[in-house]
Amino acid sequence: MSEHGSFGPDLAEVFGPSHADGGPDLVQLLTPEGERVHHPEFDHDFSAEELRGLYRDMVLTRRIDVEATALQRHGELGIWAQLLGQEAAQIGAGRALRPQDYVFPTYREHGVAYCKGVDPLRLLGLFRGVDQGGWDPAENNFGLYTIVIGAQTLHATGYAMGMQRDGVVGTGDPERDSAVIAHFGDGASSQGDVNEAFIFAASYNAPVVFFCQNNQWAISEPIERQTRIPLHKRALGFGFPGIRVDGNDVLATYAVTKAALQRAREGNGPSFVEAYTYRMGAHTTTDDPTRYRLNDELEHWKLKDPIERLKVYLRRNGLVDQEFFDDLDVEAKELGHHLREGCKALPDPKPLDQFGYVFSEMTDEIAAQRDEFAAYLASFEGSTTGGGH
Amino acid sequence: MTANQKITLAKGLNMGLRKAMEDDDKVLLMGEDVGKLGGVFRITDGLQKDFGEDRVIDSPLAESGIVGTAVGMALRGYRPVVEIQFDGFVYPAYDQIVCQVAKYTYRSQGKVKMPIVIRIPFGGGIGAVEHHSESPEAQFAHTPGLKVVACSNPVDGYWMIQQAIAHDDPVIFLEPKRQYHADKAELDESATPEPLFTSRVVRAGTDATVLAYGPTVKTALKCAEAAASEGRNLEVIDLRTLSPLDMAPVYESVRRTGRCVVTHEAHVNLGMGAELAARVTEECFYSLEAPVLRVGAFDTPYPPSRIEEEYLPDLDRVLDAVDRTFAF
Repeated sequence: MSEHGSFGPDLAEVFGPSHADGGPDLVQLLTPEGERVHHPEFDHDFSAEELRGLYRDMVLTRRIDVEATALQRHGELGIWAQLLGQEAAQIGAGRALRPQDYVFPTYREHGVAYCKGVDPLRLLGLFRGVDQGGWDPAENNFGLYTIVIGAQTLHATGYAMGMQRDGVVGTGDPERDSAVIAHFGDGASSQGDVNEAFIFAASYNAPVVFFCQNNQWAISEPIERQTRIPLHKRALGFGFPGIRVDGNDVLATYAVTKAALQRAREGNGPSFVEAYTYRMGAHTTTDDPTRYRLNDELEHWKLKDPIERLKVYLRRNGLVDQEFFDDLDVEAKELGHHLREGCKALPDPKPLDQFGYVFSEMTDEIAAQRDEFAAYLASFEGSTTGGGH
Repeated sequence: MTANQKITLAKGLNMGLRKAMEDDDKVLLMGEDVGKLGGVFRITDGLQKDFGEDRVIDSPLAESGIVGTAVGMALRGYRPVVEIQFDGFVYPAYDQIVCQVAKYTYRSQGKVKMPIVIRIPFGGGIGAVEHHSESPEAQFAHTPGLKVVACSNPVDGYWMIQQAIAHDDPVIFLEPKRQYHADKAELDESATPEPLFTSRVVRAGTDATVLAYGPTVKTALKCAEAAASEGRNLEVIDLRTLSPLDMAPVYESVRRTGRCVVTHEAHVNLGMGAELAARVTEECFYSLEAPVLRVGAFDTPYPPSRIEEEYLPDLDRVLDAVDRTFAF
């Protein structure tokens, strides 16, 4: 009998000891050393083409991140939310989607955006300060980046409830059946909205996959500050299954997310995927992780790099030749060039643009403020002393 | 053609919701107890029975969840109408309303519309416990991206709820709960309603202008009757829309009367009256014979209900303010 007396079991006994590397529940198909392993429940027979494709996606996603980080350092972006180390989690989840599936991202899902066909250049506008989300969500079924932590999980649930009402869930037609994926992080798991989203999704059996990238850190706060039990085990308390997958293993993430989405599309309700990963970079370019975490930890996770392990596997099994890497290198460089030149060419909004789009049609009140401000600006025309733009 | 019915505000809203659901199958209702029970005030009475559980949705008891999922439904092309059970319960949803509902259209540069109606029974006078009698309108009117309207009578309830649902922007729809089952009015369903975002002169007068909305419209009209017996002819304007404000009829009136009193159940400090007073002063400065006076609740939390009538603006306090405008 534990010190808790008769009031329920000792949670440490129920959930087992905490494991730094994800513990025995971790679904893995490719080890950090690049060894292919199998899982009785979640597996997938990857073709060489698929494997090369996933590798390419991760390399290009990392390139987006590296270029954007450099653009911030050069003053072209105000800030950038880095995804370094989370490429497998995002590509695995992103490639498991079908065109009719809808994504609700945080502000870090650059790899998922890429999978959904959003031009990565469009992602930069928000971080450069020229817009607040420059893409049309309906065009690629990819929602706008959401900055308030966890708020989008409720939007995802409502959208999934809409899909249920549209009759695109559980029809048996793979071209029709649809699901939603809600991205969020370990920090967001503490938000009321995320917990309410779990409750609504469970209550209505909504076709939504809650995809949590547990990257171990919410800015400076470690995962232990958010939860006392492995995150994926929370799902059971809400009434749906939770799976922990190696988020640095693109194969496992793909297989698990695919199964979760399929379950949702078939009308079997929500599920929770905890992609166990690591934020190798800073929270954003304004953050300094050396103030709160040890370098040893970073070095440990570098050995589990999501791209390296697939590279080892591809090479060892003769699935790639040097030409593949050379071509990919060229492609990555072109992408970098596209981002650098495109970013600098993004037009600044005009002063009067701030009045647009508050509503579907401009109200007289806002039009009056706009006109007054326009007249004020015009009063400086020809003057060299003030109000210049 | 059926004869015109005499209906209460509750009935008007119920009929309006029903009509909106008949007209557009994308209209969904969601909230706590709105289904089988028909809402704690019975505003959605009978709608789940007729439109089904997929369109009249009993939600878990979580206001942020109600509004947040409505955002997702709107993104999917639906027109959700959500009920917040009582004014004081809207705050758990405040973040979703202010950060998401109000900003999605702007964030998307007009690519995304948020046709969501958030119905809130508001105001006091029903002898309720704490959090059941509040007037939070200024918090929403202060937020760019939200439209805020308040109905004051059964006929407006019928039309305004339909207009709000058909509107492409988010609307905070305030219903004076004290009036739900009070006075009846005759509804002519074949009439053409006034546009949603307009104010209306509900009593013409010459000596002073009283601005009111929601529950205080009735107070202002009673006040005008009492003043008339004392030889003073008050003009009463039902603002109906709080954001955007429809100031043209207000300016026109105040320029004629030279005096203006605003009354609402919300706290006076930074309430709607403050904005109205500022605008009237700016636009009607040379017509004013007296400063614009405000009659509202005191800047205290809502008191225990046994003394709520001493807290809410009533006929005498509005009349007193009118008298004071004549003392300048």
